[in-house]
Amino acid sequence: MKNLLQSIYSYLDSRFMLSGLMQFAKKKKVPEHKHSFWYYFGGICLFLFILQVLTGILLLLYYSPSVDSAHESIQYIMSQVKFGWLIRSVHSWSANILIAAIFIHMFSTFFLKAYRPPRELTWISGFFLLLIFLAFGFSGYLLPWNELSFFATQVGTDIAGTIPLIGKHIKTFILGGSEVSGATISRFFWLHVAVLPLLTTIILGIHILLVQILGMSKPIGIPEKEVKEVPFFPNFILKDSLGWMIILVLIGVLCVFFPWEIGQKADPFAATPLGIKPEWYFTFMFTTLKIVPSHVFSIEGEVLAIFGFMIGGILLMLVPFLDRNAAKERKNPVFSFIGWIVFLYIVVMTALTYLLPGL
Amino acid sequence: MNVCKTGKIISLLSIFILAISFFNLSLYAQKNSCVECHQELEDKLLAPVQTFKIDIHQQFGLSCVNCHGGNPSEEDIELAKDKTFKGTPQRSRIPEFCASCHSDPSYMRRFNPRLRVDQLDLYWTSEHGHLLKKGDTKVALCTDCHAAHGIQAATHPKSWTFPWNIPQTCSRCHSDKDYMRDYKIPTKQWDDYKESVHAHALFEKKDLSAPVCNDCHGNHGAIPPEVTSIAYVCRQCHPSAGELFSQSPHKKAFDEMELSECEVCHGNHKILPASDEMLGIGERAVCIQCHEPDSKPYQIASRIKESLDAFIEKIHHADDLLEQADRQGVEVSEPKFRLIEANTALILVRNLTHSFSLTEIEEKIGDGEKVVSEVTRAGEDALREAKFRKTGLIIATCFIFLLALALFLKIKQITKRAPDESP
Repeated sequence: MKNLLQSIYSYLDSRFMLSGLMQFAKKKKVPEHKHSFWYYFGGICLFLFILQVLTGILLLLYYSPSVDSAHESIQYIMSQVKFGWLIRSVHSWSANILIAAIFIHMFSTFFLKAYRPPRELTWISGFFLLLIFLAFGFSGYLLPWNELSFFATQVGTDIAGTIPLIGKHIKTFILGGSEVSGATISRFFWLHVAVLPLLTTIILGIHILLVQILGMSKPIGIPEKEVKEVPFFPNFILKDSLGWMIILVLIGVLCVFFPWEIGQKADPFAATPLGIKPEWYFTFMFTTLKIVPSHVFSIEGEVLAIFGFMIGGILLMLVPFLDRNAAKERKNPVFSFIGWIVFLYIVVMTALTYLLPGL
Repeated sequence: MNVCKTGKIISLLSIFILAISFFNLSLYAQKNSCVECHQELEDKLLAPVQTFKIDIHQQFGLSCVNCHGGNPSEEDIELAKDKTFKGTPQRSRIPEFCASCHSDPSYMRRFNPRLRVDQLDLYWTSEHGHLLKKGDTKVALCTDCHAAHGIQAATHPKSWTFPWNIPQTCSRCHSDKDYMRDYKIPTKQWDDYKESVHAHALFEKKDLSAPVCNDCHGNHGAIPPEVTSIAYVCRQCHPSAGELFSQSPHKKAFDEMELSECEVCHGNHKILPASDEMLGIGERAVCIQCHEPDSKPYQIASRIKESLDAFIEKIHHADDLLEQADRQGVEVSEPKFRLIEANTALILVRNLTHSFSLTEIEEKIGDGEKVVSEVTRAGEDALREAKFRKTGLIIATCFIFLLALALFLKIKQITKRAPDESP
């Protein structure tokens, strides 16, 4: 038996250079210090993405992307398909936890200044992954074709439609018409299962490759003696796996006690229900648009806020090039301060959406 | 060339003169000395001017002169009150006063071809009309229900004759004990009505189809319904219950005893929501009002109630199972939808009680029970599924915990074995 396994390994090794990879993994070191806890969020994001892919593929067996059958197929998955409830709930819960983990991963990377050279491209690819996963969330939210997702998509795309000059074109492109319809669900499905997974595979591949080549960044200002180095394999991988297991148990508990709800089937002719809001990760933008004055210096408030978010996003992407001090391994309290302001803004605005819905 | 120029001047001059004339004419047409004088007066004499602003007649372009005559273009009061002036009509003459237009089909057609023109004829058939003919001017006249100068269409929510205002309009007189003393009729209809299921539908649910006073008594021809006609009044909205009752043995008995059908069990103004307690032989059961204990109808009433209660209990049990499963996160929308069928059967059974036929009722309950047992099974399956999920979670968690523990120990072992990893 041992000989058989040995010969299989030798066969594969000679073709895939497995021993080279093992050697690389064993040689690769990961810094260990008082902030190294945050490193594990990258691995958690990867684990949740794998869960997304697996459960998404299984959902494709029964999901039908059309106005007449989308909601019914979800209902069928939840009530008739063996373990369908589990697959769908894991998909939905892990999608939400994944977005939260990406935000945590991004902010921890930001505050630890891990974006500084030579890891600018790692940061930029991570930024694009954040955008892609937000798009995954937006497109996936509509697919069950329930009342909440229908009207939230309507509201979301209406906001996109307010962008001067190109807004209407963007809205028409996203919706496949002037309003949410059968064309929209086909388009969102196409985006959700074909375009975004393809983009993710490419960018996530680049992101992981860069992390492997460049290794993990050590935070600025921590004395060298306080930084240990542990082998990537098996030490770091085993600890990472421990984190994955904790997340898996958390998802299991959520799925059993709070299976993801189906909601009422969307009725395009019904009045927009009160208190309609997008998924939680978009609510900070949603609340901002609600509280922004109608006009600021004769510019429409909503348009100004959208431009604000766009410029904010571009600045966030370009942080490695803007933070010159970090590039020189010097602390930059200004960037940390701005980071905290942005973080608190997102938290407060998200909380306000739920605490003061009538805002 | 000169001819052309002169023509142009004449044309311009003509237009100017015509414009001046129309301007004067419009001023002349707008003049209303009635309003001009009355708005300088106070209280009762001022009120018509103020209330007429919202009057439907004003919206159709009618004015004081159309009812009261006179010449409003004259500023002098003597000249304004010329020989056509009618002034305020005598109270006893008000029905004819209004009917001079409202009973004229060709005149009314100009404003609203759909409006009825038989109000006066109906009025003379009403109790109010009978008494007025006898010289009683305390009775309700057109102006008492429609107002005199602030008349609004019955479709206007603020109109005195809009459905949810009618009970108050009638009760202005009918709930006034002093005013009604001479007529020797009850004055608590409004208080009773307020507690009724109809008032609840009207005032709470804003259901304008809920009956108000005029739906049972008539409006212009208002008269208390006779014993023989009460059942037909109720059947206007409850035809199915009425039909079942007509086919039941009660119909003949009620007719012989000259009992008004529906009212005997449900009351009149204070018609409370029908409850299952009205059936059977319990304290609040209406069957025991007439049927002696141990009589056959008494036993049938008892069995109907028992069957109904058992059916309701089964529905509640099934519903409870589904609620429990739903709370535990199992998808049960399909059996919940199925349970609606059982509830529909319950509604049919409740209606069928008006037939007082035990066989028919039990047959319908049987149909409903088949659905309920299916739903109950689905509910039990759903609860088993919930239990299975929790058990599965516990087993999976234990397994993952053991795996995590093994990993933790392995990590500790590796860390111990290689303390020299630190720089």
